Amino acid sequence: MNKDLPRWATAFVMPVLNLLSAMLVTALVIHLLGESPTESLAILVNSAVVNPEGLSYTLFYASTFIFTGLAVSLAMEAGLFNIGAEGQMYFAGLGLTLAMLSFDSTLPAIVLIPVGMTGAALFGALWAFVPGYLQAKRGSHVVVTTIMFNYIAAALMNTVIVKLVPPGEQNPASRAFAAAAEMPRLNQWFPVLGETPLNISFFLAIIALVIYGVVMSRSAWGYKVRAAGLNKHAAHYAGIRISKMIIIVMLISGALAGLGSVNSIMGSTHYLSLNFVGGAGFIGIAIALMGRQHPVGIFLSAVLFGALTQGGFDLSLEKQNIPPEMVILVQGLIILFCGAMEYLYAPAIAKMLNLKK
Amino acid sequence: MTFDDLHIGSILVSTVRNAPVLIFAGMAGLFAERSGVIDIGLEGKILASAFVSAAVAFTTQNPWYGVMAGVLVSMLLASLQAYIAITQKGNQLVAGIAINIAMSGLTFVVAQYIFQQGGRTPDLGSARLFDVVLPGSEAVENIPFIGWLYAHLIGGHSVLVYLAFGLVPLVHWVVYHSRFGLRLRACGENPHAADAAGVSVERQRYAAMLIAGFLCSFSGAYLAIVQSGFFLRDMSAGAGYLALTAMVFGNWRPLHTFLGCLMFGFFGAVQIQIEGVELPVVGRLPGALIQMVPYVLTVIVLAGLMAKSVAPKALGTPFVKSR
Repeated sequence: MNKDLPRWATAFVMPVLNLLSAMLVTALVIHLLGESPTESLAILVNSAVVNPEGLSYTLFYASTFIFTGLAVSLAMEAGLFNIGAEGQMYFAGLGLTLAMLSFDSTLPAIVLIPVGMTGAALFGALWAFVPGYLQAKRGSHVVVTTIMFNYIAAALMNTVIVKLVPPGEQNPASRAFAAAAEMPRLNQWFPVLGETPLNISFFLAIIALVIYGVVMSRSAWGYKVRAAGLNKHAAHYAGIRISKMIIIVMLISGALAGLGSVNSIMGSTHYLSLNFVGGAGFIGIAIALMGRQHPVGIFLSAVLFGALTQGGFDLSLEKQNIPPEMVILVQGLIILFCGAMEYLYAPAIAKMLNLKK
Repeated sequence: MTFDDLHIGSILVSTVRNAPVLIFAGMAGLFAERSGVIDIGLEGKILASAFVSAAVAFTTQNPWYGVMAGVLVSMLLASLQAYIAITQKGNQLVAGIAINIAMSGLTFVVAQYIFQQGGRTPDLGSARLFDVVLPGSEAVENIPFIGWLYAHLIGGHSVLVYLAFGLVPLVHWVVYHSRFGLRLRACGENPHAADAAGVSVERQRYAAMLIAGFLCSFSGAYLAIVQSGFFLRDMSAGAGYLALTAMVFGNWRPLHTFLGCLMFGFFGAVQIQIEGVELPVVGRLPGALIQMVPYVLTVIVLAGLMAKSVAPKALGTPFVKSR
C-alpha cells in the first residue's frame, strides 16, 4: 500500500502524523474532562523538559523504557508480538533482588552491579523462555501466553515479595540493598540535576540501542531475524531454523525487558517492591510501534514516554481531572494510530505527491 | 475450614454464575474469528461495556439502560476494530491490544472524573439485575436435591445467565445451519472462494464484528451489573483472553467453546471455594497461588491443544480482492 511512497514520507511524515492524531484525540478527551489541553501541554512541557530536574526524571524513566522498547522491538522484528515485557521485567526484579540479597554485603560495586544485571537478565529471559518455547514447539500463540505470563508473574510476585519482607516491617518490599548496589547517579557530575535518580543506566540503555542497531542492520544474525519476521516460510527455505530462532529471540527479548528493572530498582528505590514495573512493559509496545523498531525511533519514543510519565505526575497535581493513568490511554492511542493504523494517511500523502498507485 | 467443607453444590452454582462472562465473550470471539478477523480486543470491549453499563445503570437506576449503553459502546469499539482490520487492512493483533490498553486507561480516567472514587463506581444497589425466582421454587424448596436443583442450580439466577446459556444453541444454529453462517465460515476459510461465489467478504466481516461487539457487551454488563454490582478498575482481569482460550479449546465450535467456558467457570468456582481450605497432602494454599490457576490453565490448554485445533484458515489475513 505504501510501496510507492518515498522513504522520507514513510519514515518521518507518517509517524509524525500518526503521533499527532493520537495527541489530538488525547486533547479532545482532556477538553471533554473540562480541562484546557493547551494549558495541560504547557504544564507538561514545563515539568518534563524545561526544568532541568524534570528533564532528568524524563531521561530516568526513558532509560527503563528504552530497554522494554528494545525487548518488544527485537521480538517484533522476528515477527513475534511480545506483550509480556511487563511480566518479564517484574520477574527479573526478583532475579536482581536475589542476587543483591546474596552478595551485596560481600562484593564491591564494580562486580556487584554486573552481577545484579546478570540476575535480572537471566530471570527476564527465563520468563520469556516458556512462551517462546511453546510458540516454537507447540504453536501456542505467543501473544496470549505472554499475556498469561504477565498475570502469573503478578500473582507469583505477590506471594514471593511477602516472603522477602524483613521481620518487623509492614511495607510489602524487600530490605534495602547495601550502598554498593546503587547505580552511580549522574548528579554527582552534574549538580544541576538535583536530587534525581538519573543514573548510568541511561548510558547502558544507549549502548544497548547502538548494539541493537548494529546487530539488526549489519550482522548476518540480524538479517536472519528480520528474514524470519518478514516471511518465515521463505526464511525456513533459506535454511534458517525458525523454532530455534523464535526461542533465542524470545530469550534475548526477555533479558532486555529484564534489564529495565536495573534502572528502576538499583537506580532508584534500591529494594524490590510490589508493582514496581508500573506499566513500563506495556509502554515498550507503544515505543516499539511508534519508533518503528529503529534505534533512533525507539530512543525518541522512549524520551517522549519518559516526558509523558514525568509531566503526567505534575499535571495530575495541578489538574485533578487528569490522573497519571491518562498515560495508559495515550499508550493505547499511540499503539492504535502508530501500530494498527500506520497507513491511515498513506493515500492522502500519495495523492498530494501526485503519485499513481 | 477442612476439606469436607468444599461443597460440590455451591461449586456448581457458582460455575453457572461464572460462566456467562466467558460464554458471551467466547461466542463474540467465535463470530469474529470464524469470519477471519482475530479478536484479541475482547478484553477491552468487556471492560468498556462493564464501566459504561455500571455508570449508566447507577445514574439512571435502571439496569436495562446500563445494558443498552454497554451494547452501544462495545459495538462502537468493534466497528473501530472492523474498520482497521477490514478497510485499513491493518494488523488485527495490534488493533486489539491497542483497544485493551486504551480502555484500561480511559475507563479509569472517566470513572475517576465522574465518581471520584479511585476509578470505581458506587455500588449499584437496587440498580443491579434481580435474580429470577422460578415459579414453584418455594413449594419444592424442602425436597432434598430436587429442591436445590430447581431453586438454586437451575433457578435463582439473573436473566442474563439464561440468555448466555440459551445463546449457545442459537449460535450453533446460526453458524452451521443458516445461510449467514455458511457465508461466515466461507469468509474465514477461503475468502477468495466466497468472493467468487458473490459474497461480499468485507460486508460479511463487518457484520460478524458488529455481532461480536453486540455479544461481548453482555459479558461486561454481566460482570458489572450482575456479578459484582459495581465497576472496578481493570475488573475484567483477563476474562477476554480466557474466553479466547476457551474458543481455541473448543476448536472454534460453539458447543465445544461452551464446554471450555464451563471448564474455566468451574475452575474459577473451585478457586474461590478452595481459599483457606486445608487440603490433604499440600495443606493450605496461599491465595495468590490460587489466583494463578486460570492463567496457568490457559497456558496448559494452549500448549496441549493448539497443535491439534484447527483455526479458520484465513484468520488474521486481511482480504485483498483479486483483480
